[in-house]
Amino acid sequence: MNMNMGAAAVQTSTMPRPTGAPAASQTPAMPRQAGAAFTEAKTEAADAELVFDINKLNLHYGSFHGLKDVSIRIERNKIMALIGPSGCGKSTFLRTLNRMNDLIPYVSIDGLVCFDGKDIYGRNYDVTDLRKKVGMVFQKPNPFPKTVFDNITYGPKIHGKKNRKQLDEIVERTLKEVALWDEVKDRLHKPALGLSGGQQQRLCIARCLAVEPEVILMDEPTSALDPVATLKIEELMDGLREKYTIIIVTHNMQQAGRISNETAFFLHGEIVEIGDTETIFSTPTNKKTEEYITGRFG
Amino acid sequence: MNRKLGDISFYGIVLILSLATLAILIVIIAYVMRQGLPHISWEFLSQSPEHMGREGGILPIIVGTVFVTLLALAIATPIGVGAAVFFAEYSKEGRVVQVIRTFTEVLAGIPSIIFGLFGFAFFVVFMQMGWSILSGGLSLSLMILPTIIRSTEESLKTVPLSYREGSLSLGATKWETTVKVVLPCCRKGILTGLILGIGRAVGETAVLYLTIGGSIRIPTSLFDPARTMSMHMYMMTAEGISREKSFATAALLIVIILIVNSIANFISNRMKGAQ
Repeated sequence: MNMNMGAAAVQTSTMPRPTGAPAASQTPAMPRQAGAAFTEAKTEAADAELVFDINKLNLHYGSFHGLKDVSIRIERNKIMALIGPSGCGKSTFLRTLNRMNDLIPYVSIDGLVCFDGKDIYGRNYDVTDLRKKVGMVFQKPNPFPKTVFDNITYGPKIHGKKNRKQLDEIVERTLKEVALWDEVKDRLHKPALGLSGGQQQRLCIARCLAVEPEVILMDEPTSALDPVATLKIEELMDGLREKYTIIIVTHNMQQAGRISNETAFFLHGEIVEIGDTETIFSTPTNKKTEEYITGRFG
Repeated sequence: MNRKLGDISFYGIVLILSLATLAILIVIIAYVMRQGLPHISWEFLSQSPEHMGREGGILPIIVGTVFVTLLALAIATPIGVGAAVFFAEYSKEGRVVQVIRTFTEVLAGIPSIIFGLFGFAFFVVFMQMGWSILSGGLSLSLMILPTIIRSTEESLKTVPLSYREGSLSLGATKWETTVKVVLPCCRKGILTGLILGIGRAVGETAVLYLTIGGSIRIPTSLFDPARTMSMHMYMMTAEGISREKSFATAALLIVIILIVNSIANFISNRMKGAQ
């Protein structure tokens, strides 16, 4: 595990927490892996730049209480990992952030989910606009049964970009961003389903980037991939954090440790512990967290 | 040993039964072809019937068949695909949908003569369309509607949820998702429905007998009466006019259906390649 602990951690433990931090988190604020200097420079802005502010979110699926009083604040240009055993609500939580749960009948939600300062469950909130800004990558790669080119341009076209030159640029830029350009540049007009699983997943990320989202939600994006493909996606995510905010659900503890800035541990629909990834993994305050990350249950 | 024997004999029985089915089909087609093909000539295809069909060809009847079938498809396809999209994509399983669905299933099971009777009473008489291609096409479209709805709906159900999620997660509306992602995946299923529809329409006699008239002139507008090939066969045989012409028409109909099916197969295979 690349925990990147060191001087930086000690130095910045005096840093102020964002006000109104969720009650569940009892750990002091810790630095990001990007390094102390970078973190300090950004601290003031980061406080103001909350992407998601979720307050006492409750979700019921029929009579099942799926999420209980979940409160999280998610800062811009960070990677937040959601961990926890199967059925703990982390994927459900992720899907409340782009209102994907709307597709499921019998789901009711209360509490406040603010994205860029606006309640996304409020009246007249434009869901398509939300989903344009909050993209999603799914567990199983799901490229459309279209060509590579058409997969990527699908989103931009829907949002009104018709100019061929512009679309060509988007395709090249996004494919380069996901390090897929060299592999597929000669087969842009071939079916996307002919790509390997790892390539398909990177294509799905490129497709997501093509609509220029602010946030990318990733629902176990590497669980269907082999270790080599997984590594590629992780390297890719590390680069993406400069431009995007990433919230990732993962079953893979090492993955959460390697890539994320912050980690939230879910259990039975509640956040048991949330905070800096390094702290959570090295000195968890909750016994359940410790048991889970050391593999004693889950 | 006994069980093995049983297994072998069961295999034998099933094999014989399936061969018998195939044999019956081959015998029928071979018989019709043998009776009909010798009478098919360029004159038969390009001339109008004379002496009520005893002599001459069946050009107007071919034209009438094509017109009525295309009209029925043109009416039934958008309605059928639309209804299927509503059932599969938009409706929540409620009482209203249940009723409509049951209704379409019942529609599929209604004997065709009843569509004919309805078409006669409603389109021909009440709507004053007279015996015409329009009346016939409308009645026929009612009959093939359930086929198209069902095959489209079945095919919509096979489209993985993950495609829909992928599209919606990019900010597409449900309508955009349906039209640009889901329906293109169903081209094959819809095409299958259309072919089944064509098959039913081309072979249909009872509906048209009461709605389209039976004229042996080339129809020039939607309001002209016409005659289809299956109707022609019925009349040639029932009225004892011409056995040869009847079989020749039958043979031609089989050939046409085979061609339509081959074209559809070709198209749907190419579609598969495109994906």
